[in-house]
Amino acid sequence: MNSTLNAFVKQSWAGLRAMLVFTVLFGLLYPAIVWGVGQVVARDQSTGSLVSVDGTVVGSSLVGQQWTGAQWFWGRPSASAYSGDTSGGSNLSGSALSEEVAKRASAVGLDPTSAPADALTASGSGLDPDISPAYAESQVARVAGARGLPVQQVADLVAAHTKGRVAGFLGEPRVNVLELNLALDRLVASRPG
Amino acid sequence: MSDTVSGLLTIAVLVAALAVVHVPLGTWMARVFTDTKHWRIERIVYRLVRVDPGSEQRWVTYAVAVIGFSVVGIVLLLAMILLQGVLPFARGAAMNVDTALNTAVSFVTNTNWQSYAGESGVSPLVQTVGLTVQNFVSPAVGLAVAVALVRGLVRSSGSELGNFWVDLVRGLFRVIVPIALIGAVVLLLGGVIQNLTAPTTVTTLSGGHQVVQGGLVASQEAIKELGTNGGGYFNANSAHPFENPNPLTNLVEIFLLLVIPFSLPRTYGVMAGDRRQGWTVLGFMTTLWVLMLTVVTWSEVHAASGPLGGMEGKELRFGVWPSALFATSTTATSTGAVNSMHESFSALGGGGALFNMMLGELSPGGVGTGLYSALLVAILTVFLAGLMVGRTPELLGKQIGRREITLTALAVLVMPTLVLAFTGIGMVAPLVSSQMLATGPHGLTEVMYAYTSAANNNGSAFAGFSADTPYTNLTLALCMFLGRFAPIVLVLALAGSLVTQRRRPVTAGTLPTHTPTFIGLFVGVAVIVGGLTFFPALALGPLAEALS
Repeated sequence: MNSTLNAFVKQSWAGLRAMLVFTVLFGLLYPAIVWGVGQVVARDQSTGSLVSVDGTVVGSSLVGQQWTGAQWFWGRPSASAYSGDTSGGSNLSGSALSEEVAKRASAVGLDPTSAPADALTASGSGLDPDISPAYAESQVARVAGARGLPVQQVADLVAAHTKGRVAGFLGEPRVNVLELNLALDRLVASRPG
Repeated sequence: MSDTVSGLLTIAVLVAALAVVHVPLGTWMARVFTDTKHWRIERIVYRLVRVDPGSEQRWVTYAVAVIGFSVVGIVLLLAMILLQGVLPFARGAAMNVDTALNTAVSFVTNTNWQSYAGESGVSPLVQTVGLTVQNFVSPAVGLAVAVALVRGLVRSSGSELGNFWVDLVRGLFRVIVPIALIGAVVLLLGGVIQNLTAPTTVTTLSGGHQVVQGGLVASQEAIKELGTNGGGYFNANSAHPFENPNPLTNLVEIFLLLVIPFSLPRTYGVMAGDRRQGWTVLGFMTTLWVLMLTVVTWSEVHAASGPLGGMEGKELRFGVWPSALFATSTTATSTGAVNSMHESFSALGGGGALFNMMLGELSPGGVGTGLYSALLVAILTVFLAGLMVGRTPELLGKQIGRREITLTALAVLVMPTLVLAFTGIGMVAPLVSSQMLATGPHGLTEVMYAYTSAANNNGSAFAGFSADTPYTNLTLALCMFLGRFAPIVLVLALAGSLVTQRRRPVTAGTLPTHTPTFIGLFVGVAVIVGGLTFFPALALGPLAEALS
């Protein structure tokens, strides 16, 4: 037993020296290398795929935002109201989820039996940047009305911003809400008169 | 294209990629752990650590080195977390002592259960210099133990199992680090962030405010998956767009968390000098993975036909199929990363993820832990089959005698004992009822999921359960510690016992362990052991919920 204890002390000292070496290699050098590579080959991605308007950052194209007002396309419900300093889902299920869904539906004036699923459900991150093409299309008339734009023009904009599955088969078809709303703003700004 | 075709194609591409990579990677790992030469950088490390790479260790010394290294890791990480407020880049991160202990044990045991939220609980310094380092070394420890067990089975002279420090360093430098670097760059290109910026508040288009996060995420994300760790930089883990921005990064992350565990059967076959033995273990792991993927996917797709489309807790960019694929793979390994919230899954979808862990994470399991756990079940299988047909049980010509089967049975029983005891105590006492989000069967599943995740070193959660209390933090930490190191010591004792035996020649009386019949028995034993142990508990949780 005594020899086991001695061995434990000896091996633990080796363990301490090993941890110091590994901390330098994997805690400092490795992240620095990846950071350096990012600065050269993926500068935009490594800083967060930020989106600017007139030189001011208004968000990230990867992160969903809270939209208030009829003139915007809305995103999915969020368990964290898209605050960004916390993330996560509702973790609800069963009857508690049904009650919450009813509240969400009335908040956006939707019929819970016919609305697109993503309009009624909160995402896992609370920061989902996308909505389904169906949910985007269901908002076209409202947004067009609020903006004073022809419905067809807004519908065309949605179609132009609908992304298919990656490589034709990966993931879901989707519309990035921030990019769509930015395009909408540009459309309004470019209208004569 | 329908979701079904898209989902099946996604699975097909993943399986094809794993099928292609596991052969060279498995063979490479066998060479790494049998190589007689040391790389120059490895020699430098041995000199710094002051260990003799030429000496080998018996099982006791090997086990003592594993425990010593891990205990030092826990102490260092705990100190770093407790001191994070006075260390650089503190950014207001703070943690209670019990949460800090839970976190330190969690990352050292390859569990990565998180009682804290990444955005506020730990500073960027701890994330990078503390947690990321354990994300590298904890899988390397598992890998070393697996290799030691394989040596116990295949060596026929001496009593040594190898040198822990050599196995640890080689696993890191020759296997884990190169793949992590490639993975990190791929994720970077896909949009995972890697910067030194503090979180900044921006004014959104519609006039609100939002915090845009920063951090060294890509480097941590790659090793989080590859090392079957699973601890997210952010609270939402791989559901967060900065950790997992699109369907392609999602597929890459699933590939990373499966690739080493699915390659290790090949390593075993090559080291055994009989590749068919490796195919058997691979066949076993794959069968279980496909079975559980079918259950979880079927249940989630079935739920998706309802008005909510099964989309609560899921990201739109992934959808139902890839979320089920991620959930199955993360609980089939010891990863525990999530790209969707398991608590909002259908009863049998979430229950399937739970049962996947209850099987002991065998399909393909964590880095190293998967192979040694599967070999324990293989030993159990030859023993039971031997009893049935009246043959001497042996694996690779090593006899499974009283000592071997006792150690195997003890190693297999550690996890269920922890899960059932602590779930039972928590529910009956009742010490955890106020922490449950849901009531009824789903609430029971929340608690059972937490202790199952901890005792299996998985780390995923039914996240509605508020785990950040002293009682839960400490009991979960105990489950993580014992769930990790009790089986490791028993496995090394088993290896120490096996290595002293000579390999017996194959005779007409030998039960072949490379046939489809054996794979069937092998899978049967895993399902029956897991099923019998947990069926009563599952009946009160996910099964009752599914039937109500």
